Amino acid sequence: MIPIQLIEVSAHELMTRAGIDIPADYLSGLKAMAEVEEGDLSSFVLRAMLENYEAATVDRRPMCADTGVPRYYVKVGNETQIEGGFVALEQALRSATARATHDIPLRPNRVQPLWRTDYNNNVGINAPEIEYSFEPDGDWIEITTVHKGGLFGTDYRMLFPGDGIDGIKRFFLDTMITFGKRGLACQPAIVGVGLGGSKDIAMVLGKQAACLRIVGNKNPDPRIAELEAELKDLGNSIGMGAMGFVGKSMVVDCHIEVGYTHTGGMPMSIHAFCLSSRRATAQIHPDGRVVHRTDPNWFTAYMRRETVEWPPLKEHSRKFA
Amino acid sequence: MATTQGTLKEVCLTTPVDDTALRALEIGNIVYLDGVIYTARERVYQRVIGDGEMPPEDFTSLGNVNFHCSPAATAKQDGTLSVGAVTATASFRFSNWMADWFRISGAKVIIGKGGMSGKDYQALFVPVGAIYLTTVGYGTGALLGRGIKRVRSAHWLDELGIAQAMWVFEVERFGPLLVESDHTGQSLFEVNNRSVNQGLAELYKGLKPLSLSRYGETDDRERELI
Ligand code: SF4
Repeated sequence: MIPIQLIEVSAHELMTRAGIDIPADYLSGLKAMAEVEEGDLSSFVLRAMLENYEAATVDRRPMCADTGVPRYYVKVGNETQIEGGFVALEQALRSATARATHDIPLRPNRVQPLWRTDYNNNVGINAPEIEYSFEPDGDWIEITTVHKGGLFGTDYRMLFPGDGIDGIKRFFLDTMITFGKRGLACQPAIVGVGLGGSKDIAMVLGKQAACLRIVGNKNPDPRIAELEAELKDLGNSIGMGAMGFVGKSMVVDCHIEVGYTHTGGMPMSIHAFCLSSRRATAQIHPDGRVVHRTDPNWFTAYMRRETVEWPPLKEHSRKFA
Repeated sequence: MATTQGTLKEVCLTTPVDDTALRALEIGNIVYLDGVIYTARERVYQRVIGDGEMPPEDFTSLGNVNFHCSPAATAKQDGTLSVGAVTATASFRFSNWMADWFRISGAKVIIGKGGMSGKDYQALFVPVGAIYLTTVGYGTGALLGRGIKRVRSAHWLDELGIAQAMWVFEVERFGPLLVESDHTGQSLFEVNNRSVNQGLAELYKGLKPLSLSRYGETDDRERELI
């Protein structure tokens, strides 16, 4: 049984780490871009960002004052038991969000969309969002918090099978250029692409691809991995860099996630995880151990399964036949 | 005071910034500020311009630098205000307010995110001798937060909330900022857009058009959508 108090305290710690410390994978990706950037303004911006991350970590202050919209991704093992169950878990995550907003401090960004009601704690109806996934083995819980900037750099479009790879590239370029101008997307960014599923799932997959896979990670399907590399290069060949200035730093990495979709369609979403790529993960065990890391490891083989049964072994399915 | 950083010129300004200093700035200069700056965005504009209510503090003591921002801040138990990081918010949404705001407040410097259009600079900024500074990144919240030495006051905090209140900051080496529009109303972003636009047609070459288009869609990629 995992103590609920431990979950609340760990989630508060996660909010702090995410808000203040830039993940190492993104940092080294950005440093590599800064080294090859030739545009003088774009390269000045990258150097200022590198200084900013250092200032945040040294001063223990948020790297960006725009908190984005803090949310959680929760993965639980099939054997996991949480003290008080899932209702207690959700309450703990809401309480950690409210406390961290005051303590760090984070900017209270969440308001009711119509009346703009603001409780000054980043908590409200459907906020923070909590998404769940499961793992066949394990008695632990993994909590990831992501603070993604909210307003620009994301788009959705229904493409069709006939649009093919050309269509994907076209929509990718359209989105990068629209939001790249003046740097509205706060690039260079980790760009996530969701392909397939139904509309909502295409959005969810693209966002998770941007926020929950680290720089350097490749899709296990080699042909998808190839397309990831191609889109990354395409983005960096627009001629635009940080803040939309002349340069070549747009895409730190590109991640694609797919879901089986309607036979007549190819829905696609694009999400730019901004210069403040804030994510932090903790794995919490029933014996009280808490392991912190910056790789959410969200897309497991189990999550990407194609088969009816799990594990996808022939002998296994025969056993049930 | 001016130094150079690579090919870029760096300038330190003291607020209120005088006209001579403003006229000396060129697009692409790096700027750091010392003195007093204040935040004001839609709810403050509505209150002052729309409702005709004046801030509790006179504009002359607020200086002439208006920051489009809402800080990550908190009111501590002893009543003092503390600011962690500050980041600008996108300015193009506020252009309808600016003519009245310049007239009432006497602001000469706008700090924000993303700038406004060259048309806005010509129509609204040049006639009053105002310039626009953009924050860098735009996520340099921690560096900008470092430059804030003291929160002097936060007006209308209860009514407007942390994000929309009028914050008055005493700052030291507040930056880096970039001159996006100078006294002639040029826009650094637009100058860069023009260069980037030249390569766009080549990028799309050979990509076949999409089968379903959308109402209002443009293929003129030189256009900005703000
Ligand atoms: S999009 Fe830019 S301003 Fe918004 S949270 Fe990210 S870095 Fe900060």
